[in-house]
Amino acid sequence: MRRALLGCALIGFTNGYLSAFIVLRRLALMADALSHSLLPGLAVGVLLFGFSPVSVFAGGLVAAMLVALGSEIISRSSRIKEETALAVLYTLAFSAGIVLLSFAHVQVELEHYLFGNILGLSNSDLWITYFISLTILPALVALQRPLLVMLFEPSVARSQGVNVVALNYLLVIFLVLAMISSLQAVGVILALGLLVAPAATVYLFSDSCPALFWGGGLVGATGSCLGLLLSYWLNIPAGACIVLLLGLTFFAAYICSPRYGVFRHLFMRRHLHEESLSRWRAEPGHAHASGPGPAEEK
Amino acid sequence: METYRLEIKDATVAYNRVPAIHHLNLKIEGGHCVALMGPNGAGKTTLLKTIAGLLRVETGEITFHGHGLKRVASEIAYLPQREQVDWDFPITVRALVEMGCYIGLGWWRRFGAGHRQTVDQAIAAMHLQSLAHRQISALSGGQQQRAFLARSLAQKARIFLLDEPFAGLDRPSQENLARTMRELAAAGYIVIASHHDLKNVADFFDQMIFLNGELIAFGDSRTVFTEENIARTFNTEVFSGTIA
Repeated sequence: MRRALLGCALIGFTNGYLSAFIVLRRLALMADALSHSLLPGLAVGVLLFGFSPVSVFAGGLVAAMLVALGSEIISRSSRIKEETALAVLYTLAFSAGIVLLSFAHVQVELEHYLFGNILGLSNSDLWITYFISLTILPALVALQRPLLVMLFEPSVARSQGVNVVALNYLLVIFLVLAMISSLQAVGVILALGLLVAPAATVYLFSDSCPALFWGGGLVGATGSCLGLLLSYWLNIPAGACIVLLLGLTFFAAYICSPRYGVFRHLFMRRHLHEESLSRWRAEPGHAHASGPGPAEEK
Repeated sequence: METYRLEIKDATVAYNRVPAIHHLNLKIEGGHCVALMGPNGAGKTTLLKTIAGLLRVETGEITFHGHGLKRVASEIAYLPQREQVDWDFPITVRALVEMGCYIGLGWWRRFGAGHRQTVDQAIAAMHLQSLAHRQISALSGGQQQRAFLARSLAQKARIFLLDEPFAGLDRPSQENLARTMRELAAAGYIVIASHHDLKNVADFFDQMIFLNGELIAFGDSRTVFTEENIARTFNTEVFSGTIA
């Protein structure tokens, strides 16, 4: 259980931190596509090298990168737009995965990767998670400035000499790595939840990018650990419980956020118009300060 | 006061081998506020993007102070059209202006007291002190343009390229922004903005470029703002105000 909690904290924080970049770069749809394209990679990895965390990691990585790069190449070399190419390629990959799985008789074990099995986290799984976290987090922190300029205005970033194409590819590589790290916790199907929900939640509270990055990490780690504990007590699947908790947190933020929630007007100061009126009266030229204000004059 | 010179020699810019600007020659000195006039498709945005280094010239060259564009990239600030900006981006005015220092800072150098002072000065120059902690969508159109100009000042830009900066602004905001642009020009910078409203262009800018694929006219507003140049640029003899 302690190992599972440590894994959850690491995976949740890394995915949560990265989720800020996914939300700001609007890569959620691509993340969804890539999570589905992991499947044939897992199947090929298992068919070629047997069932092991490393074969699953390598297979998933190669398959997702092929789909991501393939869609980029198709969109650059033809009139087909990237999301169209991505949709064709990832459904092709997913269907290939289903066909390949019928040859690999490991459905039961693979189910752990489809829906996650955090309690079955092995030492090698944990090492892979360490490796991925220690690759993604320092790189994102180091590249924060050029990434921010690129995320906000790609054309301005390019005019300032930022290598926008390389940074975009790097983000996609990190996306795939983070997704692979979350396979054990929540599985292929629910990986997207960990990669989008944390930052989407903080996005409803804050106007600061660093708050979005670190807040996303914090929400991801806390949500994952609490989800795991909750699933243990309620005896329900851990992956689903983690993503459910993160999704509910997002909805709570959507409804209750004092800044950007749907009911934000309930949190607004009621006397703002009175302050505005007193400012207007204080301005030179409005000598009838004690008289009726503009609202009353109407 | 130091002045700067932007020189465009025989520049042709093409999209998929189809030229959008043909053999353009221009010399713009610092201290001027220049309107880039022309109908839709005349190559206004193309020219601004080319000066910003976003598009490659097929022929000719563009130099600033005798240096190629790559060497002076940080001295050129490009402000894209409003619709290209994500106004929901979680960033305040101050953080936006700080972004102007990022490229000069590189990956690791600390954002120190000197940079904070640069940011304070840029915000003060654009009269945005009281709005520094507002998210950018909570500003008016004119304030938003000034926030982006403040970022360009923090970047220590010498050339300010603005794509349709007056679009969507009411008359007082337009005049306010024009005054800010003239102040920048008075400080020796080069300000170039695409514009299509013939009614106020002579009030806002002291120089004009008439462009329609090729250069029609360039010079002092008082001499080149003629019906003949307008007709040659917009293919119309009628001086009818705004050209859509």
